Amino acid sequence: MRETLKMETVIGLEIHVQLATRTKLFCGCSADYFGAPPNTHCCPVCLGMPGALPVLNERAVELALKAALALDCEIPERSVFARKQYFYPDLPKGYQISQYEAPLARDGHLDLELPDGTTTKRVRIRRLHLEEDAGRLVHDPPTGRTLVDLNRCGVPLIEIVTEPDLRSPEEAALFVKQLRRLLRYADVSRCDMERGELRVDANISIAVDGRPGTKTEIKNMNSFQAIEKALKVEETRQRMALERGGTVQPQTFGWNPEAGRVEPQRAKEEAEDYRYFPDPDLVPLLIDEAWTRRLRAELPERPRERRRRLQEGYGLPAYDARLLTEERAIADYFERAVALFPKPKEVSNWLLTEVFRLLDEAKLAPEDLAGRLPPERLVEVLRLVDEGRINRNTGKAVLEEAFRTGREPEAIVEERKLGRIADEARLAELAERVIQEHPQAARDFKAGNERVLGFLVGQLMARTQGRADPKLAAKVLRDKLAAS
Amino acid sequence: MLSREDVLRIARLAKLKLTDDEVERYRAQLGRILEHFKKLEELDTSDVEPMAHGLEVANVLRADEPRPSVPQEEALQNAPARRDGYFEVPQVLER
Repeated sequence: MRETLKMETVIGLEIHVQLATRTKLFCGCSADYFGAPPNTHCCPVCLGMPGALPVLNERAVELALKAALALDCEIPERSVFARKQYFYPDLPKGYQISQYEAPLARDGHLDLELPDGTTTKRVRIRRLHLEEDAGRLVHDPPTGRTLVDLNRCGVPLIEIVTEPDLRSPEEAALFVKQLRRLLRYADVSRCDMERGELRVDANISIAVDGRPGTKTEIKNMNSFQAIEKALKVEETRQRMALERGGTVQPQTFGWNPEAGRVEPQRAKEEAEDYRYFPDPDLVPLLIDEAWTRRLRAELPERPRERRRRLQEGYGLPAYDARLLTEERAIADYFERAVALFPKPKEVSNWLLTEVFRLLDEAKLAPEDLAGRLPPERLVEVLRLVDEGRINRNTGKAVLEEAFRTGREPEAIVEERKLGRIADEARLAELAERVIQEHPQAARDFKAGNERVLGFLVGQLMARTQGRADPKLAAKVLRDKLAAS
Repeated sequence: MLSREDVLRIARLAKLKLTDDEVERYRAQLGRILEHFKKLEELDTSDVEPMAHGLEVANVLRADEPRPSVPQEEALQNAPARRDGYFEVPQVLER
């Protein structure tokens, strides 16, 4: 009987993204708090001092609007800030400034590209609003105390809420990846998950025979891996309970990555009552056509469009186009390089293998690549290889040195004498020595064993650390053997 | 009229501990405030747009230019307890 139950996983996400502003949402304190000594990025506004007044950061509004436009949201003409009230030591005012009844944007969508590479699935965005972040707490159980750092308090966030349109943990992780890519393209946020610049909470339930199930909430999923793992664990737990004829209780869990478990967070004594109301300290925000038009014009080509253009415009394989467009900085880099050296596939090969490896080893972000190794330098190496002045392996070594030291590839080749030896007289000298060292091989060749020549060429190549032009080396050896 | 439970719930939300006398006093006072709002509710506002602010002003915005924060010492000076540059409070549970 039970096997006939048709179960479907239903997931909705709530995502917080830190906006790439220089200052906080309502005061001029630096928002670049990561790693700073505690409580050094604070002022009366973000410390919640009585009488201090918030003033809205224009850049934060514009970045949030860009995110809304990138997600095809509707942007109401008027939006209002509200106070969300709760007591917790990470929130000195006793309320968080957020948006409630009149959010910045609503009813958008993201067309999720499915792994098959051709189909997309529309995931609806319910709302997108601006709010301030809370401070950071450090729990110290041995002393039974909690330490409070308010540097992050007031840093601008957008909260993005999806409709429950996702149907599996894999799909949820994929959505977050593509959302992150979209927001990084639009320069809305760096979305560095390790730094908590993108944080994901999820609601998950199992619909049985089309009837909606009871939701649970999972918090603290701070990597793609964590999202997929945590949701899988919770999906299995709910399915098993339902298969056994049990029920699911509404509950909030935190993901514990070390234990690989979802752990119940302490049940609250009573339902949260945030008593939202419009913040009298802040006047409404009016957004007109002209403003959104200007911001829309500033948005870059979307990742999907760019991938198509690279694939079709440069004749690249789908695989290359996909990898090159994961990050806008890489796609930009590729196009700058191809403009200088119009062999797209060759540029792509070097970028995707050698340059990616160097970036990875140096633990550099894609956006730091052009500063470290300008496209001109990569192209110089490509040219040296293309013109036959160095071979491919030497090219890799030169690229690596140029990347590490920032020096000109040409200068590296000159100084380390890496250029191909195409000097016949010099090769003849070396060929003479190779023949002397291998008299048996020389005799075999003269007796008609042509294959031995390959061995002798190899010896000559080894003597020149691979710098000899192989064709010339063979010719010179043949001449010498014939003459001796 | 407000119930005793209503008053206790409001006190809980505001993290206030009330004596029995205070519960009664606030029950009466809060009740009078609610009655005043009842009076306002008599007005027909079906044609009036909800208002979020008393001023006819919108879009008060600030450029994204950093300004100096206060020194750590000053930020912490009202704190009853501190440690290593942090505010120190009794341990709280995860929210």
